[in-house]
Amino acid sequence: MSEKVIQLTDATFDEVVNSSAEPVVVDFWAEWCGPCKAIAPILEEIAEERDDVKIAKVNVDNNPLTAQRFGVLSIPTMLVFKGGEVDKKVVGARPKAALLRELDL
Amino acid sequence: MPDVRDVVIIGSGPAGLTAAIYTARAALEPLVLEGEPSSTSDQPGGQLMLTTDVENFPGFPEGIMGPELMMNFRAQAERFGATIDTVKASKVDFSERPFKVWVGDPDTSEPTHLANSVIVATGAKALMLDLPNEQRLLGHGVSTCATCDGFFFRDQEIVVVGGGDSAMEEANFLTRFAKKVTVLHRREELRASQIMQDRAFANERIEFRWNAQVVDVLGDVSVEGIVIEDTVTGEREEMATSGLFVAIGHQPNTEILRGQIDLKENGYVVTQAPSSATSVEGVFACGDVQDDYYRQAITAAGSGCTAAIDAERWLEAQEDGESA
Repeated sequence: MSEKVIQLTDATFDEVVNSSAEPVVVDFWAEWCGPCKAIAPILEEIAEERDDVKIAKVNVDNNPLTAQRFGVLSIPTMLVFKGGEVDKKVVGARPKAALLRELDL
Repeated sequence: MPDVRDVVIIGSGPAGLTAAIYTARAALEPLVLEGEPSSTSDQPGGQLMLTTDVENFPGFPEGIMGPELMMNFRAQAERFGATIDTVKASKVDFSERPFKVWVGDPDTSEPTHLANSVIVATGAKALMLDLPNEQRLLGHGVSTCATCDGFFFRDQEIVVVGGGDSAMEEANFLTRFAKKVTVLHRREELRASQIMQDRAFANERIEFRWNAQVVDVLGDVSVEGIVIEDTVTGEREEMATSGLFVAIGHQPNTEILRGQIDLKENGYVVTQAPSSATSVEGVFACGDVQDDYYRQAITAAGSGCTAAIDAERWLEAQEDGESA
């Protein structure tokens, strides 16, 4: 796994997301989700390629509060945060090009 | 123009990857166009990517997770030299040989791949109810993937639509989380196999509502309820629910095959059973794209083997013909 992908928890979420100068893509995922596995390598690629965004992940099994707080009812869900606010939301796996387009990155 | 390959396989479920294992071992250097990530079953690995425990695939006495099984299939195909591209075939031209296959923009004049034989294993995808609000609330209480989303409905009352094996499997799975699962079926009896029916009837958290179909989904930001129509009396009523899981059957992924090979009225590919030959010589089909009856992972894998051997023998016969 790319070292550039940030692992967030219920405890660290606000601090990391709110203090980021760059937009943060947060991927809500879990071990038991097939489509989550399919998009994981795409997000890692983006993390390696791009310095102007941060890629972070929330394991919903271990961090149910954060998932609940943002109304996540389906995974994978990807939220883009700008200045601590939700700017874009994509639900479901996508090919890389479509993901970048829909996340407006 | 690209080089001509011996075998291009379109699709990467049990059928496509079994065909890849066999043709790779036959030194045909297959190229697998495995599809693109999505949250429908039309994705690399196919329908098993959206399941949890697979209990009826021989060789795994304790069962195996669907995505893990498909990772194993893929690794096995790669081990013997299959090339696997994470792209989706967008167009095919089977009117002359070598056959042409496009990836990406289908309007480019030059095809992406040329192949002496093609194995079609594009599978089938889950049908939706086709209601406007269903699409709007997809991922916000409407789900096509119980294994992905069931977790979010802990202690809630939810609805599964459908009467077949996949509906029973989803309903049973969802009772791990939900307080109550109501199965809505438009008839008075289930299509599901006996063992799946027995399991569902024995589950205290599952209730059945017969002769009912969903005609609308309610809710602003997430699902709050549905409108049900009685299929006998036509009466409508609202029912409160926070989750709607749709499992009403499948349709074959044959959009790119229309006009290229013979399809049945229901869209499935016509093969010349027991062979995997289609109406075009050199094009073979396997798995759910040509199976509207058995639709099992193991029958798909078996037919993938059939298609690989059919393709191998057909290619050999072509070479013999050329050298004669």
